[in-house]
Amino acid sequence: MYTAIVLLPLLGFLVAGIFGRVIGAKASEYITSGFLIIAAILSWVAFISVGLGDGETQIIPIATWIVSGALDVQWAIRVDTLTAVMLVVVNTVSALVHVYSIGYMHHDPHKSRFFAYLSLFTFAMLTLVTSDNLVQMFFGWEGVGLASYLLIGFWYQRPSANAAAMKAFVVNRIGDFGFALGIFGVYYLFDSVNLATIFANAQGFVESGAEGGGAVLTFLGTPYEPATAMTVVCLLLFMGAMGKSAQFLLHTWLPDAMEGPTPVSALIHAATMVTAGVFMVARLSPLFELSHTALTFVTFIGATTAFFAATIGLVQTDIKRVIAYSTCSQLGYMFVALGVGAYGVGVFHLFTHAFFKALLFLGAGSVIHAVSDEQDMRKMGGLRKHIPLTYWMMIVGTLALTGFPLTAGYFSKDAIIEAAFVGDNAFAQYGFWMTVIAALMTSFYSWRLIFLTFHGKPRASVDVMKHVHESPPVMTVPLMVLALGALVAGFVFSGSFIGHHQGEFWKTALFMSADNHVLEEMHHVPQWVKWSPFVMMVIGLVVAWYFYIKAPDAPKRLAARHDGLYKFLLNKWYFDELYDFLFVRPAMKLGRFLWKRGDGTVIDGFGPDGISTLVQDVTARVVRLQTGYIYHYAFAMLIGVALLVTWTMFAGGGAH
Amino acid sequence: MNDWPLLTIVTVLPLVGALFVLVVQGDDDSAKNNMRMVALLTTGFTFLVSLFIWAGFDPSNPGFQMVDSVDWLDGKIGYKMGVDGISMLFVILTTFLMPFCILASWNAVQIRVKEYMIAFLVLEALMIGVFCALDLLVFYVFFEGGLIPMFLIIGVWGGKRRVYASFKFFLYTLTGSLLMLVAILAMYWDAGTTDIQTLLQHSFSPEMQFWLWIAFFASFAVKMPMWPVHTWLPDAHVEAPTAGSVILAGILLKMGGYGFLRFSLPMFPVASDYFAPFIFTLSVVAIVYTSFVALAQEDMKKLIAYSSVAHMGYVTMGIFTMTTQGVQGGIFQMLSHGIVSAALFLCVGVIYDRMHTREISAYGGLVNRMPWYAMAFMVFTMANVGLPGTSGFIGEFLTLMGAFETNTWVATFATTGIILSAAYALFLYRRVVFGSLEKESLKSILDLSLREKVILVPLIALTILFGFYPAPVLNVTAASVDHLITNYHAALETAQKTAALVVVQ
Repeated sequence: MYTAIVLLPLLGFLVAGIFGRVIGAKASEYITSGFLIIAAILSWVAFISVGLGDGETQIIPIATWIVSGALDVQWAIRVDTLTAVMLVVVNTVSALVHVYSIGYMHHDPHKSRFFAYLSLFTFAMLTLVTSDNLVQMFFGWEGVGLASYLLIGFWYQRPSANAAAMKAFVVNRIGDFGFALGIFGVYYLFDSVNLATIFANAQGFVESGAEGGGAVLTFLGTPYEPATAMTVVCLLLFMGAMGKSAQFLLHTWLPDAMEGPTPVSALIHAATMVTAGVFMVARLSPLFELSHTALTFVTFIGATTAFFAATIGLVQTDIKRVIAYSTCSQLGYMFVALGVGAYGVGVFHLFTHAFFKALLFLGAGSVIHAVSDEQDMRKMGGLRKHIPLTYWMMIVGTLALTGFPLTAGYFSKDAIIEAAFVGDNAFAQYGFWMTVIAALMTSFYSWRLIFLTFHGKPRASVDVMKHVHESPPVMTVPLMVLALGALVAGFVFSGSFIGHHQGEFWKTALFMSADNHVLEEMHHVPQWVKWSPFVMMVIGLVVAWYFYIKAPDAPKRLAARHDGLYKFLLNKWYFDELYDFLFVRPAMKLGRFLWKRGDGTVIDGFGPDGISTLVQDVTARVVRLQTGYIYHYAFAMLIGVALLVTWTMFAGGGAH
Repeated sequence: MNDWPLLTIVTVLPLVGALFVLVVQGDDDSAKNNMRMVALLTTGFTFLVSLFIWAGFDPSNPGFQMVDSVDWLDGKIGYKMGVDGISMLFVILTTFLMPFCILASWNAVQIRVKEYMIAFLVLEALMIGVFCALDLLVFYVFFEGGLIPMFLIIGVWGGKRRVYASFKFFLYTLTGSLLMLVAILAMYWDAGTTDIQTLLQHSFSPEMQFWLWIAFFASFAVKMPMWPVHTWLPDAHVEAPTAGSVILAGILLKMGGYGFLRFSLPMFPVASDYFAPFIFTLSVVAIVYTSFVALAQEDMKKLIAYSSVAHMGYVTMGIFTMTTQGVQGGIFQMLSHGIVSAALFLCVGVIYDRMHTREISAYGGLVNRMPWYAMAFMVFTMANVGLPGTSGFIGEFLTLMGAFETNTWVATFATTGIILSAAYALFLYRRVVFGSLEKESLKSILDLSLREKVILVPLIALTILFGFYPAPVLNVTAASVDHLITNYHAALETAQKTAALVVVQ
């Protein structure tokens, strides 16, 4: 069954990819979607039997991959609760997105290619979450990167889409650079890349250092003892997570990735791929748990991202970019939870977030579809009456995202804030405050989006307004399924994921060391901490209501008064400009310099070209020596003889 | 079958084909087609016969197999052929790529078809000889002999600056070769034979190793090519006809790496160990430096040529770590690069044949009219980037892993290559294939013809197959690599003990 879950999307990809033209777009759509629906149903079966039942960790070997010396990498499927959770998330959202795309991509001439890519993505993501070793994880990791690249650049005629696709791939590769080094480090320390082996030895390895074993890893000239070596490895691995999950400093690709078709944004850039980093840290909790420093860093990055991305979300005008920054910010929340050692909480937020963020994106897609591919919220407004179903679905998504009581986000997000409050690393309090403030901003920008899009007077042209229409059922049914998830997922599953049953639920999938009590303590935080996210949500809602319904001029005045700050946020803290200045342009310049000066002037100049000029030079002079006059030659010979005689006399004299 | 001198047969077969081409008379189209057909059949048949080498090869045996020899000069110097796990697959790679070269030249070469085909067939024989030779002198003859047809291929059927390029190619490689010849003579005087199997047992004094290593290095580094003696490669590639580039990138570049593995490391272990940091430095510089240079290129072939230099950097880095992963990764990287870079040059050839320009700026938006081509080019671009699931990943990953075990500085700098390779390769792809088709000249460009599909599809299949299932290659090389590494470390230990003894005395 597990093999089928992983391989069905691959089969779909191959069928749609290779035979797409032969069987036609319709068949490709139905085949890939059909396979995904089967996979999704099987995933829920797996989830119930592994997570809620008493299934042990299973490892299903598939084939040999790389064997070289002590390195032994197998294709395998590892199934435990964490995997089961991810299977459910990935396949459910993917199946819904497949179905939704049948409607959304209706007019596109390249449908079979689109569905092939979607299935390819799903397959890669599944190999990632089911991997039993770091190298297979890396395979899935880069595989989803490839699919993301192909899908962002799906509309290859747009230069901006191509640029965004390339940016996504390259920035992700910067993270992968760290991930790869991390894998090498793990192999160096444990002589294995298999998760089971690493996890079994990790604890003992760090303890061996406490008894004074000396340095075990020399990284970049600095020797490290076991405990610090673990930190180095974890930080390198986390660099990969930062790239994939678009965390602070490596986040710049995610907003640009919105160039892709909206279903892609929902599936890849909201619900699944970007959470791979969160999954990775949770999966490797037996390693991260042993490095307090690494976890502190995770908290810091997560909290900073949560805050930073939310500030940008406040002022964006593109409907998809608002949600993109929101995703970035929510991923930060997840990392805060992981950083304070509450892995279950982080994964729970991943789980609920998948539902409501996919819902918001698909809802936004429905809006964009309705207003003739317009994405600028300043040209929307007043759509509530025209597309009521989409409106209500978006409201559900927004409620869940902002953490309205009893919705999914309420359970998971508030849990993160509480966990951060009781967390015991140096940045836990920072994490707490950042996430609380970000909760206010989340509420504000989410309601701002709703108000700008659906309320007020229509700002679109009359022509566009005439064509506004509700989406067909093939698009709205997936919305309703996701809305159901967004409403009840928290309520139904919080007991298992983070409540009293979490021990039986997670079993051995997540590792928490003996002195990690975050999960108990978070239930005993002061009342004001419990209430703070709710209060923040209400304030955000009220401010948004005042700004965009009561007094629509207020935002403009505010922006004018704080022009500098406004510009700063609108331009995304100037990260793109900064990176362009620091890395992109210098890289091109350096390349040109090394080519023209390094290869051209220095190497060729002193090498072949230099030598050939020299040879020509010398020969030209030698030619001049040959005058043709006998007495010149005779004179030269005479000098030669004289020299020779002198030399033999002196040399001979020395010998005697 | 076992008693047949298979290796000799495979080496001689192309020469027989060359004879057949020679006897085809006439200069009209049908004669040209006959010549092409003969060449194609010969190379195809040679490939099929060479598969028997693989079939008969025993992967568990680390030594030389299928040895056949003819004595000459008292058994001190003689004709001797044989393969082990390191060389066998290079023979197969050579015979495998050859039919593609002939196919790729089908329409592209119209003048002096007879001479062209003969040059390629002779080149094939010489290249197979390089990987099979078990006598140093025979090796040298094959190794240098290969220069001549290549020199002619670039010089006669090349582009505008072909004379400059072929001379540069010749000067560089010949300088290295002369030093190697001197070293071979010195080895003969010391060991009394040029038999490679005997020489592998012979231990040269550390001082002598030092000089011999440098002489061999001079030759192999140029062939590889390593930074900073790489500048002949971009010029040679740019001027060479497509098939010439394929052979150059696919096989000739591998001779340097093969040479290091066959001679430098096992015969001069002390010197290799001494020079390893030097090699690492050059390799890392190659990876980073040439990747940056590739980023700035405006000519498609030059870009791929520079990326070849970077990829060869992984090879030298890997094999000099002398770890199992490093060496196996290095060999894998060479084989994979043999397929991938050959395919990339073929891809460039496809559009060069149509538009007669290699300028990147002359293209853009090809995907609109050439979806098949876009797909094939995408696969090879990704393999060039080292995406897991393609053959490019395995070699890169293993060599980096080996490097990390040896020196983390080297590994860290070399790993930046995965970022840079993504940047230059995708940048190329974006400029050539993506975008809308705006240039007038491209409006009527045609997608892959059947012949081109026949060329590219097997390469795609292999690239992906070896990415998912590299075992056929890794299994074959395992025993020999293991043997090489064990002997190497044993030799180092002995040398250290001797040195310690000298100090004590």
